[in-house]
Amino acid sequence: MQDLSALPHELTGNTVPMISFKSVRKAYGDLVVINDLDLDIQVGETVSIIGPSGSGKTTVLRMLMTLEDVNGGVIYVDGKPLTHMVKNGKLVPANERHLRKQRVNIGMCFQHFNLFPHMTAIENCMEGPVQVLGLSKSEARERSEELLELVGMIDKKDQHPARLSGGQQQRVAIARALAMRPKVMLFDEVTSALDPEVIGEVTNVIRNLVAEHNLTMLLVTHQMGFARDISDRVCFFFGGKIEEQGSPDQLFGNPQRERTRQFLSAVREAI
Amino acid sequence: MLDFLVLYWPRLLSGTGITIAQFLAAAVLGVAISLVFGLAKLSSTLIVRGIATTYIEVFRGTSLVVQLYWIFFVLPLFGLTIDNFTAGYIAVGMNIGAYGAELVRGGILSVPKGQWEAAVAVNMSGFQRMRRIILPQALVNMLPPWGNLMIELLKGTALVSLISVGDLMFQARQINASTFLSAQVFGAALIIYYILARFMLTPCMRWLERVMARKLGRA
Repeated sequence: MQDLSALPHELTGNTVPMISFKSVRKAYGDLVVINDLDLDIQVGETVSIIGPSGSGKTTVLRMLMTLEDVNGGVIYVDGKPLTHMVKNGKLVPANERHLRKQRVNIGMCFQHFNLFPHMTAIENCMEGPVQVLGLSKSEARERSEELLELVGMIDKKDQHPARLSGGQQQRVAIARALAMRPKVMLFDEVTSALDPEVIGEVTNVIRNLVAEHNLTMLLVTHQMGFARDISDRVCFFFGGKIEEQGSPDQLFGNPQRERTRQFLSAVREAI
Repeated sequence: MLDFLVLYWPRLLSGTGITIAQFLAAAVLGVAISLVFGLAKLSSTLIVRGIATTYIEVFRGTSLVVQLYWIFFVLPLFGLTIDNFTAGYIAVGMNIGAYGAELVRGGILSVPKGQWEAAVAVNMSGFQRMRRIILPQALVNMLPPWGNLMIELLKGTALVSLISVGDLMFQARQINASTFLSAQVFGAALIIYYILARFMLTPCMRWLERVMARKLGRA
């Protein structure tokens, strides 16, 4: 096993980042998908990850949601280790109990929405607050109605997902994630499975969240214009590493690396 | 035929009642066993998985009649005596449970991976994920094959007549032994089993499927 003794048990200081990857590595057998990644995201920051497929960008989000374990390094959320816990003065891989304690900080939306098909829109939103946070049904309903209102889905609250369009389902999925009141929201290619004409209804919801809430957000997206508009910072991934990062104007307007330029011109040609 | 029915309908009716009772008891036991061993088969613990696999192999791989005789005739030799009615539905239920466990396993595996991930993303415990998210969807997926299994179960209960449980088949054999009206008595039994399966069991399963489909918003 890899030596983690150089890594801190907790991040301290004046500005503890909301998310911190320290020397994180992920491999499937011989295939290295994330290679020694260091990445800090500050409280309230909105960061977009772009890059070619297979560059490891979705894996970054999946490791944060604890859907994938890490093979090396440590991820910290809100200063505390997420993927590991301290035991006998050492960092060891987290057990399920530790993961459940840390996961409350994180919410995620998926490419294919993954709404629970046997529940209506509002039941989808209420499920976590009632079952996991222990809210009463009326509290959870009130919270869910507010959020469905926010995403413009209140008039469809009693519909099952099968009766909703992709854009509508994704908006309900955003409300479901927000109902847990996470500090961090992860958006994994949330518009990739949508018809072009409904992409706007989902991106507008996210734009409003960025403008009006102090969430820390991490997005993987192929919508370059959207990423440029909403992000504080854009990371270009290549081969499991951050090839280049910077403000949207820097990265899109004046990319420094050859691979970034190639990728951006290939994306522009595709439109 | 009519004279025959007029004469023997009380015995056929009481036999049918016992058959239905055997069916219901075996069904409850079988569903419970299916759930336990279907989940055990998916366990990450090798021992739990091994126990489930052994159970399924033994009860699927050997004859129901032999299992029935074991429970009724052999277990008393080890000091465990069970009355014939109980031995009957236990044998049939345990047998059908082995098949059902495979249905439960398949049903759970048929739920898309994204559902597990979404349940993790709202921070559910493993137990909550299974009970609230995965099992309800798995249940819908496995209802049609369960309909088949329930018909198999009903017909399987005819074997309990071999340990003198007074079910429909037992009554039919008794009547046949005293009257030699084989065509009439086994004809009547045939029709009664068919009616139970076709006009009682199948509509029940269809109704269940419709209710579950509505719960998923599919209908």
